[in-house]
Parts: sequence; structure tokens; C-alpha cells
Amino acid sequence: MLTILFDGLAYGMLLFVLACGLSVTLGLMNFINLAHGAFAMAGGYCTVILVNRLGVPFLLGLPIAFLVTALIGALFERTLYVHVYARDHLDQVLFTIGLVFMSVAAVDYTMGSSQQFVQIPEALQGQFNFYGVGMGKYRLLIIVVCGLLTVALQLILAKTRFGSRLRAAVDDQRVARGLGINVGAVFAVTFAFGSGLAGLGGALGAEILGLDPTFPLKYMIYFLIVVTVGGTSSITGPFLASILLGIADVAGKYYVPKLGAFVIYAIMIAVLIWRPQGLFARATAR
Amino acid sequence: MSTKNATAKSLATPAANVSAYLKSRARWSPFEIAFWVFAFATIWLFPGKYLILKDTAILALFALSLDLILGYAGIISLGQAAFFGFAGYFAGLVAKYGIVNEPVIALMLSGLVASALGFATSFLVLRGSDLTRLMVTLGVSLMLGEVANRYSDITGGADGLQGVDIQPLFGRFRFDLYGHNGYVYCLSVLFVCFVIVRRIVYSPFGLSLRSVKGNPLRASAIGIPVKWRLVAIYTISAGIAGIAGALLTQTTAFCSLDVFSLERSADLLLVLIIGGTGYLYGGLIGAVIYKFLQDWIANLTPQYWQFWIGLVLVVIVLIGRDRMQNWIAAARGAIAGFGAWLVMRTVALSGAAPDRH
Amino acid sequence: MPILETIGLEKRFGGITANHDVNLAVEKGARHALIGPNGAGKTTLINMLTGVLKPTAGRIMLEGRDITDVVPHERVRLGMARTFQINQLFLDLTPLESIGLVVSERLGHGSDWWRIVGTKKAITDEIVEVVERFRLTDVMHERTATLPYGKQRLLEIALAFTCRPRVLLLDEPAAGVPEAERHELLATIEALPAEVTVLLIEHDMDLVFSFADRISVLVNGALFVDGAPEEVARDPRVKAVYLGEELDA
Repeated sequence: MLTILFDGLAYGMLLFVLACGLSVTLGLMNFINLAHGAFAMAGGYCTVILVNRLGVPFLLGLPIAFLVTALIGALFERTLYVHVYARDHLDQVLFTIGLVFMSVAAVDYTMGSSQQFVQIPEALQGQFNFYGVGMGKYRLLIIVVCGLLTVALQLILAKTRFGSRLRAAVDDQRVARGLGINVGAVFAVTFAFGSGLAGLGGALGAEILGLDPTFPLKYMIYFLIVVTVGGTSSITGPFLASILLGIADVAGKYYVPKLGAFVIYAIMIAVLIWRPQGLFARATAR
Repeated sequence: MSTKNATAKSLATPAANVSAYLKSRARWSPFEIAFWVFAFATIWLFPGKYLILKDTAILALFALSLDLILGYAGIISLGQAAFFGFAGYFAGLVAKYGIVNEPVIALMLSGLVASALGFATSFLVLRGSDLTRLMVTLGVSLMLGEVANRYSDITGGADGLQGVDIQPLFGRFRFDLYGHNGYVYCLSVLFVCFVIVRRIVYSPFGLSLRSVKGNPLRASAIGIPVKWRLVAIYTISAGIAGIAGALLTQTTAFCSLDVFSLERSADLLLVLIIGGTGYLYGGLIGAVIYKFLQDWIANLTPQYWQFWIGLVLVVIVLIGRDRMQNWIAAARGAIAGFGAWLVMRTVALSGAAPDRH
Repeated sequence: MPILETIGLEKRFGGITANHDVNLAVEKGARHALIGPNGAGKTTLINMLTGVLKPTAGRIMLEGRDITDVVPHERVRLGMARTFQINQLFLDLTPLESIGLVVSERLGHGSDWWRIVGTKKAITDEIVEVVERFRLTDVMHERTATLPYGKQRLLEIALAFTCRPRVLLLDEPAAGVPEAERHELLATIEALPAEVTVLLIEHDMDLVFSFADRISVLVNGALFVDGAPEEVARDPRVKAVYLGEELDA
């Protein structure tokens, strides 16, 4: 059972890294970005190319995947997304679904439709046996990396000037602008960073989640569940929601294999009935 | 100018004129009549194309169901596929196990079953923001897909529902590979559902829905029970989506898991965006254009169809739905005008030719 | 017995108390004005009366019946209607359709789905009557979004009036109405039937003193003074807190 907890924790933290960019985007600009999963996929494939084909060491491939995806995110934001900010939610949904379709087909065309596997270094393969609990080394790495990232994010938000500008802009955009905060720049940087995180998550997660061109479609619903259940006004909300969902999913698939993913959806619907704003959301001024 | 004349008349016998004015708006316009005449004429005009025409009719009905809640009640949903698929499997199963043999009765039952599901899940879409609604509707749809996948001994799982044998319609018209009977069936069902929906939309109930969409706060402040109206329209819409799903199963004798997929719901949104929402014909026109696009693109690049659909979506949003709707409205006006000119010319020509007998 | 009454009504938003121990009594057929500085809690009070906000404490009685837990649309059926400070109209509908909608709902035909709008004579007759009373005849076929502000304000009141309420709550009806269109608006309010009890929130003192037969003053969320117009006008406390500021401004 502890192994399940461990695996669920790893899965949850991975989900968090993948989804937190989406959460901040939604909370910041009230923008529903269904193409977030495409950035994760980009990071995954980037790592595949770097590690498998170019022989770059795995641990170096991770930050490179982050940077590349962040750059792609910044590019897309300035050229495409900026035109759709003011539109209503339906337009945003359609636009980003369109981007997802395009990216899925593009990756299928260039990289083929079969699942890609990242060559993980020997040191990360296998398990530790810790007092009878089997801990996969790779999953341990995920927990460590994601844990560090979460702490770093919290610190950035709470202790830096950029963090306070971001929190102000999330709380009330108009007032933030009125105070002279360059909300557009804040958003561009945040979007790029969030996409980069998604890319990093995709790179880390390729081994566990499976990487193929349909990744954005398969996992988009998970990211959205994290964001809807966790709310968009904090980091801790999506964090706790991810952990909860990660453990629930792993446990569900182990104990009730017939209805595995069903558990996740049922939990989401139950939570949304009880608290439509998400489990951890504050009421914010809009 | 004409408004002034209308008011001059209305001041004279105001109540009668208001009544006549309101009733006149619900009358079938020349465009509508032309549309349906042409639609039924396709049965004879395009004999080789029955299968794609039938798919278009089913898609049009499906889109109509979404237009009801999106265009008239303002509910953004990615979950109509839930009702489509649920009724689709229901229709397949009742046919496969011989529970209901007459297709029309099975069709109506499937619609009712889908409505029941709609009613049961309607309270989910009443709460929360657009995103919540999107998630919940999508979640229900995907969940049903998971359930269908897991209980593969009943549903056939990833292989789809096998061994579905549809009895001939009214005991006489068998659905064959050629597709003629299937198409007439689907088109007729589409027309009947359309007439019913049209009636609803022009009724006081329909007007109240428009007010709820426009200003739910004021709607409740004038005594409209907003929640119940939304539940009602959501239930009706689910029933219609279900009928579309059942039609697909009945005319193809097959049902598979992709009826619950995200792609199906997304394609439906695309259809409505192309055609426009809120005037009933958007889903129908959108379905025709979409199918035409799909056919054309599939011939060009069969494998990467998804890419071009994605591009179309992106471009449409960038152009702006309002502009698109204006273009479509202009096109409609042009077609109606052309049709009217044709009719008048024909009448003039036949009247001018003297009877020489 | 007052037709509308609040008992110890209170509304707190977190640490902020918007309304505190409000005991308001509106008599049947009254022309009752509610005045007070901005932020005094007048609109919050109206929102509680109509059910848009749930009170933190206290009760609301309509014609002797406790309606504190009744949902907004039910309160309309019980005889209470309101207008909004900022127009809440159906912008895509015409005045004809909007008023028709209210009549239809009130007569119990709101959920008729098989009938085309306009086929019931009782409804169309009443629509015409209301449209004429509120001087909207020349714009009744125009989309509400295109109407001039004064006409929109008239429609705002017309919608509430068409509910045939026994108690009508008007939230700053003259707000934002240009001088040229005020006369029409004020005349329409004056012409409201005597049987309808009117509770009026207003800043326009001319309107208040010409219209009201009773004035309640709300300051910092609590009832400050309550009485006949002459008393309120003479009261030095009111002058200091509210009317005094008005005269300075």
C-alpha cells in the first residue's frame, strides 16, 4: 500500500508541474488554454531527440527541454495568443483546441505515431528497497525535482518583486495596471515559464505517462481536473489537488482496475458539485 | 421609415397589430422553404452520395441539439457526445438483443433514455463558471466512454458493438449498404425534430430562454425560474443528441467508443462555429460545410485531416465569429434573393408565353 | 400591519458590516423613500429584500409572511418587484418582447412551448397598455441595446411594473438620466397607481421630497432617522450627516 502511496505521490507531483502553468494562466488572464498539453508534449519530444539521437545526458536534457519549451511558449504567446485574450471563453476553447489538433498532427507527421521512450541513465533504473517499501529510483527523482520546483515557485511568488506583481495581477488585473504593473509583460513571462514547466514535466513524464502524438488529448483532461479542483488563486490549491488526484488515480487503477480512470472523473464531478469554484479557491474580485 | 408607418398603424388598432407582428415572425421564410425543398430534393438529385448525405443529416441533428443549449441558453458544453453515445449504444443493444424491433420505436426510446440522462446531469451544468461547465460536461462524456470500455462484454469495448441487426423500418424498408432508405429515414427524422425545435424556439418558453441567456439576473427578477428553464432545455437537447446517436447506430448497424470522444464534441463545436449559433440553421449549414470540407481535405491528405481542421478552427477564431456570422448571413440573403429572382423569372416566363393550343 | 417589514436585518461580508439591525416598516400604499450617503448599504438592503443576497441575520416579512428564505423569482410571484440602479435589460430583445415576456410569465404561460408568441389576446392587450403607459410606443420594435438611455430607464421601470407587484422597489430610477429625459421619467413614476406601494432609493432630493410621504435615512448600514419628510428635513442630525453635505456640494 505504501508503494501505491509513493507511486501516487510521484504521479501527483508530476501532474502538478505539468498543470501549474495552466492554473496560473487561467487565474491570471482568465484564459482557458487547452493547448497546454501540447507544450508538455513538445518538452517530451525535445528530450527524446536530445537524449536518444544527440546523446545528451538525461539530466542535462531536462533543463534544455524547459528552455526550449519556454521559448516556444513565449513565441506563441506574442504571435498567436495575444490576439485571443479579449475574446470570450468559447473562442478561447476553440482556438486552443485548434492548436492542439495542429500540434498533434504535426508531431505525428514529423516523428511518427508510435510511442517514444527516453533512454534513462542506468543510475536511475531499478528500485530502492526502503524498509520493505519499493521505491522506484526514477520516481524518486521525480519527487525530488518536482518538490524542489514547488518550493522554488512558492519562494518566487512570496519573496520576489516579480512574484508580488504576479499575485497582484491575479487578484485584480485592473487595479494592478492602475498601480503601474506591466501586466502584459508579467503575463508573457509567466506564460513562457508555465509552458517551460509543462515541457519539463513532459520530459520527466515521458517514461511514466507514455509519449506519443496523442499525449495532449489524453492528458489535457487531467490538467484541467487539477486546475478546476485546485482552483486558480494559489499554488497550494493545484498542488494539493494534484497529489490527491495522483494517489486516487494510482489507487483506483490498482484496487478497481475495471473502472480505473472512472475514479478520477467521479471525484472531479463530486468536488465540482460540492464546490464549483474548486476545493481551495478563494473568491477573488474580477 | 417603415417603422413609423408600422407605429401609425399600430396606434390605430394596436393590440391586433402587435399580435399580427409577433405571429408573422414565426412564419416560415422563403429561405427556409427553399432550404427544405432542396434538402428533400437531394434524395433524387444525388443518388450516388447517400452515405455522406446521411452522415451530414445526422451531424446536422447533433449540431441542432448543441445550438439549443449554446445558442439559445448560453451553456458551453463539450459533453453532448455523452448523450449521443449513450443513446447510440442503447439503440444498438435493444436491436441486438431483440428487445425492441421496430426502429422508430427504438429511436424514440433512445431519445427518452438520453433525455433522462440529460435531466440527471443537468444540475451539474447549472453551477459554476464556464470552465467548470466545460469540465463537468466533458468529464461525464469521457466517464461514459471509460464505463463503455470497461464493460466490454456488453458493449464490445474497443472493437465496437458487434452483431447489431436492425429490422426493416415499418417492416418494409431495410437499411442497406446503398443507403437510400437510411438517408430518407435520417432526413425525415431531422425534419420532424427541426419542426418541433423551431416551435419551441418561437414559443414563450423559447423567448424566456433568450432572456435567461441575455441577462439571468433580470430574468429571475421578473419571475422566471431560471434553473428549471435551463434544466428543461438541457433535457430536450440531450434527447435530440440521443436521437442523432441512435440514428447513427441504426443506419450503420454498429456503435463504437469514439462516440464518446473529445474529437466528436470538438468537431460539433466547429460545425456550429462555421454555421453560426442562435438561429437554428447554423447547425445544418455548418454540418453541410463541414462535411464538404472533410470530404475535400480527406481526398487531399487523408492522414493529417486533423491538422487542417485545427487550422480552420484557429483561423475562424482569429477572423472572428461575428464577422463569420455576418458573411454567412450575407450569403443566406444572397441565396434567398437569387432564389426569389429565379422564381419570379420562371413565373414571368410562363405567364408571358401565350397559350397557343 | 406594514406591507413590507424587516426585523433586525443584518448583512456582513467577512469583516465588513453592510447592514446592521435594520428595522424598516413600509405601509401599504406608501411612497416611501430610502436615502443616505453613498456606501450606506441601500442597495445591499434592496438585494436582501429581493433575495439576491442572503441576510446574515434578521427576517423579512411581506404582507405578514416570512419571505427570508424565499428564492428571488418566487418573491416576484408573491408580489414584490424591483428595478436596478444600473439598467438590467435584455439587450437583444425589443421592448415589446421584454414586456411581453413579463406578462406571459405572470399569467402562467411562461413555459408554454407549443404555442407561438403573440397568440394570446390577453397578453397582447396588456403589452400594448404597458407600452403606451411607459411612452415606449415609438421604440417598441427596436432592439433594446439601441435605445437612448432615457427610454432604457423607462423600460427598466416598465419591466418591474408589468410584474403587477404590490410592492415596487425602485433603485435610483433617475440615476444617469439626462435633464431632457427626466421629465418623462418623473411623470411616469408619479403616475404609478395608488394601490402599488413604492419604496424608492434616490439621491435626487427634488424627486424625494416631491414624491415621498415617508423617508428613512440609512447611514453606515443602519437606520438613522425615519419619519415624515418635513421631520426629516428639519432634523439637525440628518442635515449634518447627509443633507448638510449635499448643500455644501
